[in-house]
Amino acid sequence: MLRSNPVRLTAHFLFPIMSIVMWGFISKYMATFGKETFNFVAVILGAVVLWDFMSSIQQRMMSAFLEDVWTRNFINYFASPLKVTEYISGLVLTSLITSSIGFALTISIAGLAFGYNILIMGLYIFPFLFLLLLFGIAVGLFITALIFRLGPSAEWLGWPIPFIMSIFVGVFYPASVLPGFMQIISKILPPSYIFDGMRAVIAGNFNIGANLFLAFVLSVAYLALTYLFFIKVYKRNLKTGAISRFGSEE
Amino acid sequence: MTVLEVKNLRKKYDEFVAVDDVSFSIQEGEIVGLLGPNGAGKTTTINMILGILEQTSGKIEVLCENLESCRDKVGKDINFAAVYAHLPPNLTVWQNLYIFGLLYGVKNLKERIKELLKEFDLEKFKNYKSGLLSSGEISRVNLAKAVINNPRILLLDEPTASLDPHVASLVREKIKKYAKDTKSAVLWTSHNMKEIEEVCTKVLFLSHGKILLSGNPKTLAQERGKNDLEELFIAVAREPLSLQ
Repeated sequence: MLRSNPVRLTAHFLFPIMSIVMWGFISKYMATFGKETFNFVAVILGAVVLWDFMSSIQQRMMSAFLEDVWTRNFINYFASPLKVTEYISGLVLTSLITSSIGFALTISIAGLAFGYNILIMGLYIFPFLFLLLLFGIAVGLFITALIFRLGPSAEWLGWPIPFIMSIFVGVFYPASVLPGFMQIISKILPPSYIFDGMRAVIAGNFNIGANLFLAFVLSVAYLALTYLFFIKVYKRNLKTGAISRFGSEE
Repeated sequence: MTVLEVKNLRKKYDEFVAVDDVSFSIQEGEIVGLLGPNGAGKTTTINMILGILEQTSGKIEVLCENLESCRDKVGKDINFAAVYAHLPPNLTVWQNLYIFGLLYGVKNLKERIKELLKEFDLEKFKNYKSGLLSSGEISRVNLAKAVINNPRILLLDEPTASLDPHVASLVREKIKKYAKDTKSAVLWTSHNMKEIEEVCTKVLFLSHGKILLSGNPKTLAQERGKNDLEELFIAVAREPLSLQ
């Protein structure tokens, strides 16, 4: 679909690139205040590329699902031998491919334009990305299930989710600066532990095993729960006949 | 041999019964017309056979296997075309056929697509995006997709609804030939009674979710004191009780 409609590239790649360019300049400017004590570029751009990756996983899954909503294609897919687990795998795979290309582009631009080196996180970048991938899939599944349940207009719940979540998980600041009730929410969101770990690693503290463990356990739990939620919605739609009507009457 | 057998099929939405105790079977090479006014339960029945709508009760058997428990096994033997089922408009005709061919596990897929493009007179459109085709052309693409896996059960929900008489006639010929050559069972819904008379070997009239009448389309109208199938259809829609 990307090949037949290059305009879609805008949504996939332009926004992450714009985000890295804008945050790159902000980081550079902020670095002029506290250069000696704090590596603004490493922390802020590190946070931006990781957060964009997770948001992208979620939003690309949602977009792929919405394509099928807009083209009213569910009946063709689900009347074929395609299993619902295979359909979900397809959403994940397309999202992973486009998000990985976007990630490669953003770290390249961050490196070339602002001297950012992703390897400043060392090998920890891999568990960080893996855990964000797991959680991104979980959020993507949740939103697609919600759209599947409530109808196409529910997409408007999906777009602002990364922004809302970024406030709680402390992408750009430690969650400890949040008021108490917000910290409670922060503690149940896996990215909180990942971004906390990222800042620790950049500051030279590599003792983040507990962070990675908690993020892993929570991400797997969310993934299992959202998968079950999607299957439940699918089974409900089989009963109500929503699959054949979806996109036209819902 | 019975290819499709539907036994006591029922679909209930809260208090509304959309399909009520429907039973029928289709033999090898047979084309059965499923007729009835709008809302009679035709599409609901087709959707249950397709597996995209769960029945409240009853049983569907495909090649003597229970569809519910053996969907993985028999799913590749069923396909369909319907006016309301759209193929992705951003994909070309060839891409659409290729993707659905993969989904149905078609062997020698590229060869099969070439055959279908030729058979449905779509060769010149193969690189056109499906969304840019006329409704007649897209109906032919839908039909090509519907037979791509050589299904033993072909469900056609108003397949000629948007075709001109010439193309509709060609499509009818192709489907008749397909059913005969492959010994497939075809379930065909249409509001064109002349078409039904021409194509079907048996018809089922649905009214309020129940099978009201069934029989040979060439003789059923006379048996019920009507001049033709169209008159019988109108009677089914207006005064179903008088026909019970």
